[in-house]
Amino acid sequence: MKAAVLIQRWYRQYVARMEMRRRYTWNIFQSIEYSGEQAQIKLYNFLGYLMDNFNPTSTERNLISHIFRENEVCRDTEWERHFCYKNIEVPEIYSGPRLIFPLTVEQVAAMVEAFRNKRQLHSRYVLQLLLETWKLLRKLPNISRISTCHSKEITVCGDLHGQLEDLLLIFYKNGMPSLERPYVFNGDFVDRGKDSIEILLILFAFLLVYPNDVHLNRGNHEDHIVNLRYGFTKEVLGKYKMHGKRILKLLQKIFSWLPLATVIDQKVLILHGGISNTTDLCLIARVDRHKYVSALRPPKKRTQYPVSQSSVDLDMEDDLSGTKNNQRRVSLIKANSFGPRDGFQRRSLQDFSGRVPRTVDEEIEVRRRQSGFIKGGFSHSQGDLNNLAVSSASQESTDTADTTVEEWKQILDLLWSDPMSQNGCIPNEVRGGGCYWGPDVTQDFLDRHNMQLIIRSHECKQDGYEFCHNRRVLTLFSASNYYEVGSNRGAYVKLGPDLVPYLIQYQASSMTRELTLRKNVGKVEHSALKVLREQLFAHKSDLVSAFQEFDKDKTGVVSLNDWATAVESVLRLGLPWRMLRFQLATCKTPGGMLDYQEWFQELSIKEPQMEHIDQGLLETLYRHRATLETIFRIVDLDNSGFITMEDFRQTWKLLSAFLKMEITDEAISDLSVTIDTNQDGNIDIDEFMEAFRLTDKKSRLERGKSMFMGTTTDLTKLEGDPNI
Amino acid sequence: MAEDKESAEAIVSEVHKKIRAAFDVFDHEFNKTVDVREIGTIIRSLGCFPNEGELHDAIAEIEEEEPTGYIRFEKFLPTMTKVLMERKFRPIPEDLMLQAFEVLDKQKKGHLELEELTKYMTQEGEPFTQEEMEEMLSAAMDPDKNLIFYKDFVSMMTVDDPR
Repeated sequence: MKAAVLIQRWYRQYVARMEMRRRYTWNIFQSIEYSGEQAQIKLYNFLGYLMDNFNPTSTERNLISHIFRENEVCRDTEWERHFCYKNIEVPEIYSGPRLIFPLTVEQVAAMVEAFRNKRQLHSRYVLQLLLETWKLLRKLPNISRISTCHSKEITVCGDLHGQLEDLLLIFYKNGMPSLERPYVFNGDFVDRGKDSIEILLILFAFLLVYPNDVHLNRGNHEDHIVNLRYGFTKEVLGKYKMHGKRILKLLQKIFSWLPLATVIDQKVLILHGGISNTTDLCLIARVDRHKYVSALRPPKKRTQYPVSQSSVDLDMEDDLSGTKNNQRRVSLIKANSFGPRDGFQRRSLQDFSGRVPRTVDEEIEVRRRQSGFIKGGFSHSQGDLNNLAVSSASQESTDTADTTVEEWKQILDLLWSDPMSQNGCIPNEVRGGGCYWGPDVTQDFLDRHNMQLIIRSHECKQDGYEFCHNRRVLTLFSASNYYEVGSNRGAYVKLGPDLVPYLIQYQASSMTRELTLRKNVGKVEHSALKVLREQLFAHKSDLVSAFQEFDKDKTGVVSLNDWATAVESVLRLGLPWRMLRFQLATCKTPGGMLDYQEWFQELSIKEPQMEHIDQGLLETLYRHRATLETIFRIVDLDNSGFITMEDFRQTWKLLSAFLKMEITDEAISDLSVTIDTNQDGNIDIDEFMEAFRLTDKKSRLERGKSMFMGTTTDLTKLEGDPNI
Repeated sequence: MAEDKESAEAIVSEVHKKIRAAFDVFDHEFNKTVDVREIGTIIRSLGCFPNEGELHDAIAEIEEEEPTGYIRFEKFLPTMTKVLMERKFRPIPEDLMLQAFEVLDKQKKGHLELEELTKYMTQEGEPFTQEEMEEMLSAAMDPDKNLIFYKDFVSMMTVDDPR
């Protein structure tokens, strides 16, 4: 019937448009996420570079050296004294859970309930629980080996990233861990979400109660360097003002003691990131995993000399600097968006087996293209890395250096790698660590180890999971609504004795279930565009210069095509600007040209009240605020949340060196004076960052106008969300 | 005359860029190919309203001799350019949409019952899948009354269109 066909045709068109919007919205979030990760690696490498090149007594070096210092060699018993909780008193009025050790499952269930009601566990119990966890973890092997029995199904969960709601939803749907219900949690429990510590406490508590039925794998975010940028450090210090620093220190050790992988029935390998063509499970089983406190840097060599000879230690560190430099060069590449390789609703692109293969060179070229960076040869292989380590090390310690670097690389690959569709194995530029590994590497690995499936996490997937490499690799992601409410589902997998993966998906927040496709897409897109507008605003000066390149006659307008080209050349996010221009650039003159000055007005980001501060400085500050905050937290030696004026000035000098910018002492002084509002010589980091938070006027307007799009604040209200 | 030629070239170039932009969104591996299952989305997102039959014909034209499951940009571009230049698969004007609904609404009630619409959409024309039907109902139907007030629905969907 003609009418029916017409309606169907019309509606399908609408659905396709929604799908397109959903797809590029995803691209936006993912490319910004990856470029942020890259920035963090870059910063860390830069600080390491400073370490190597400044003289040991210089102020800058002192400010940052402590994050590079390995844990002092102490006996565990001495550490236990340091973390002692017994003196911490719990006040009468404390209404949270009071734990009695050894823990029982009833206590843990009560604690879960308490967290659901937004209670916080007292620091005394936190330290006690963490100490018990640490003791237990020290006894565990690097690779946990478990088996399914005829009635046991094993549940595996992926990244949680501090999203307590998702963990509670999993427990609700699947039941809590027990002797009949074993669980494996595959890393990245912390950062980004706001309840990372609660998730850790729950997982550790269950681990203590059911040590044979709960298994934790380390993720790349179980790493104090990463935590500095991505929010976990901040969360702990915010929730535990008095004892936060000790809690973080203890967690550093706990993270390094987390097992690296789990194997089920000797057939299914579960680990956080992935593998490389050199991954060797036997080697991994043998390493001293706790040496690798942060996966981002190789460990100090085991010294044969006693600790008191500190001058020798310094030499050791310098010996390794050759290694570090080379490693940094390999990863000091500003790659940006990589583009999603994930599927989407209904039609996930799972089987890549039929693809026209690219050569490895083409693959590298493509990634380079995305970064817009002309690299001087991609010749730094791991082989070179080893050579340098060997040559710079002293003769006696050659073997140690070799082994150390080799071990470290194995762990790095395990925690940071991502699969790709192309055969082969190449370094992972986008993240800055680990590899991209291909289906041939998977097949070879599985054959060699006589296994059939790899379950990993590390990458957000729209459906919560995705198969690749002929269904031999399963990516599992358990943090739903990761980028924004409605952006993606979470998933967990169950494996019975037949080892056939059975997947369950979910999405936290009841609001999303009720939303239609269009409201869902609209909301997520709205959020992505807001983020993009901020990026555009943050690069205003560079953008204006780029526009002026196209507008030599200084007419004040550029064509929309030139706009798209200019924006990509500045932001380098690899996004479909032509598709986005309707949303981002609406002020067109009759000729279809864009008045770019007016356009910046339209972006209407309200600037903070700092009129007398140089605009260029302000823009820099805004653009690099995450990096700035990270540096602050590094400089804040005692994790107090405050830094002194003097350190603040040093921070600025560090940042300006990193950005290769000229910032005069005068400009910095002006800034310092403005920031230190109570003139006591100290700066509150959080207050500082808050003062520079910009607001987006336009999005508020849009919210008012549109009847169909809910505001993000509306939609974050959860059912049964009790007030604290 | 020379100017006309120039502007014609400029128009074609513009069209090429639009097609490329839409294609790139789904080119996950950056190798100038997309999964054939996404072609429908790409064509429609460029403003075309083909029905399923027309879509299949277009795909047949674009596909390789031996279908690989992937469409290469080199084959997609000329076909799509022609589609856009010839303005094939034109948009459906709002009043025509309204008429289509009115045809289904035999009793001229101003609304359609849930069962009525479902029957038409899943049994007539180029039937919806259950998923498509559910999605449409969630957008179109008043959940309290189980009725589809199609006039509002059409207006709402048309407002959404940036063009």
